[in-house]
Amino acid sequence: MSTGTYSPRPGAAPLSRMITAQALFETKMLLRNGEQLLLTVVIPSLLLVLFSTVDVVDTGSGKAVDFLAPGILALAVMSTAFTGQAISTGFERRYGVLKRLGSSPLPRWALMTAKTLSVLAIEVLQIALLTAIAFGLGWSPQGNPLSVVLLLILGTAAFSGLGLLMAGTLKAEATLAAANLVFLLLLVGGGVIVPLDKFPDAAQSVLGLLPISALSDGLRDVLQHGAGIPWGDLGILAVWAVLGLGAAARFFRWE
Amino acid sequence: MRSEPVVTLTRLVKRYGSKTAVDGLDLEASAGVTAVLGPNGAGKTTTVETCEGYRKPDAGTVRVLGLDPVKQAAQLRPRIGVMLQSGGVYSGARADEMLCHIAKLHAHPLDVDALIERLGLGSCGRTTYRRLSGGQQQRLALALAVVGRPELVFLDEPTAGLDPQARRATWELVRELRADGVSVVLTTHHMDEAEQLADDVAIIDAGKVIAQGSPEQLCKGGAENTLRFSGRPGLDVASLLKALPMDTLAAELTPGSYRVTGTVDPQLLATVTSWCAQHGVMPDRIAVERHTLEDVFLELTGKELRG
Repeated sequence: MSTGTYSPRPGAAPLSRMITAQALFETKMLLRNGEQLLLTVVIPSLLLVLFSTVDVVDTGSGKAVDFLAPGILALAVMSTAFTGQAISTGFERRYGVLKRLGSSPLPRWALMTAKTLSVLAIEVLQIALLTAIAFGLGWSPQGNPLSVVLLLILGTAAFSGLGLLMAGTLKAEATLAAANLVFLLLLVGGGVIVPLDKFPDAAQSVLGLLPISALSDGLRDVLQHGAGIPWGDLGILAVWAVLGLGAAARFFRWE
Repeated sequence: MRSEPVVTLTRLVKRYGSKTAVDGLDLEASAGVTAVLGPNGAGKTTTVETCEGYRKPDAGTVRVLGLDPVKQAAQLRPRIGVMLQSGGVYSGARADEMLCHIAKLHAHPLDVDALIERLGLGSCGRTTYRRLSGGQQQRLALALAVVGRPELVFLDEPTAGLDPQARRATWELVRELRADGVSVVLTTHHMDEAEQLADDVAIIDAGKVIAQGSPEQLCKGGAENTLRFSGRPGLDVASLLKALPMDTLAAELTPGSYRVTGTVDPQLLATVTSWCAQHGVMPDRIAVERHTLEDVFLELTGKELRG
């Protein structure tokens, strides 16, 4: 390189360009990661197909897919906003990526905005795929799409807060283990595939307060039963979102 | 190149729990290349990371390009380049992707392809970061620090773990940066690195700057340089002394082994050899022992730098 190549010419790119670049880059990294795809795409798709076609769990009256599709959509949101985000952010912290970006022109709030956009982009892809599969299995959804969008967004906020709290406070390996464990427990005990009324009464009232239960129950109320706006479930998700994001903002450590 | 200081640290204190990493450190770095030299655990990284805005000082003031790195981070960050000691890259990203990405965060980045070529990262191909060799990871970190065309670059141990060839390539880049008007603050525990690259060296130990100056100034400050030679025993040392400049000493240490102490420069060497020629002496095994930063460190702290 010739003389003057490195002559200082500093400056940050425009904010919109930085956020777009960061969101696209993170999305690309997530889509390239095999373990993440297993969690966010393969498992939800397999569960949807398996439990819709094989009569393993009693999902009540009506077609199995009408019960399962809303639960699987809730699972998809959890897999990306909570499990996937916790693991990837945990390792970004461990490998100094968050630290490195901390001295770049990208402000921290812009980094978090980009992460959120990237989570939403993945969710759009998941929902498109799962919806197509569900229609193929004879799904006939009801209700107002706006209620569905509202539930998905509040669910994303609630799970993101919890995922980031975990990623920003635990060691990366602990986050990896815990995020997968929580995913599994909530998959079983959060009304995704197994209806909550199969659990004892005492357990039901506690499990019903989990964010995954609120999201799957709310989506089911709308999509399966054509309910208007499921205020109770939205309320539970809102409380989780405020608590999770608040705690993450308070306790998140960048290094 | 001595103008406004690019970094000013005044009575900087940084503690981690009960451990004091930086203990009332004063440092001024001017434009050009400044080396922060010291053994492991001396507080080099903490000092640099305070300049980069990663650490909030417990006491003292920090100014980088005239700005407070914590309170005015948004203004400062686009103007500095940072090379961390390790990591900092998405483990699944390729070298070129990461460099392109960081370039996009800047308004007028360097040409990424040319930079990849310059640092020999073209051979990385489709290899992701976690599978790159240590040297390749190190060169990528250096590229990331300069791609945004900063005014000031912080390099934390830029050649740690590099082979001699890669080390010289890194030195070459630092010299090019300096020539193009980029200021560099680097940490190292390699004496030769500081002597080769730096306009100014700050030696730190136990969280304090114990000496600062150009490598030449620091080397002159301590014991004087020596020249040794062997010849036949019993030479007239008094006659030799007369030929030498004032303040220069000469002695026969053991029969046939002579030592001249003073400012050893080409002139002195010529004087000694011509005196030998006049006296029919064949000086054997002439050795010049210049005082190095290593010696300076040893004298200042009473301990070896490495280890």
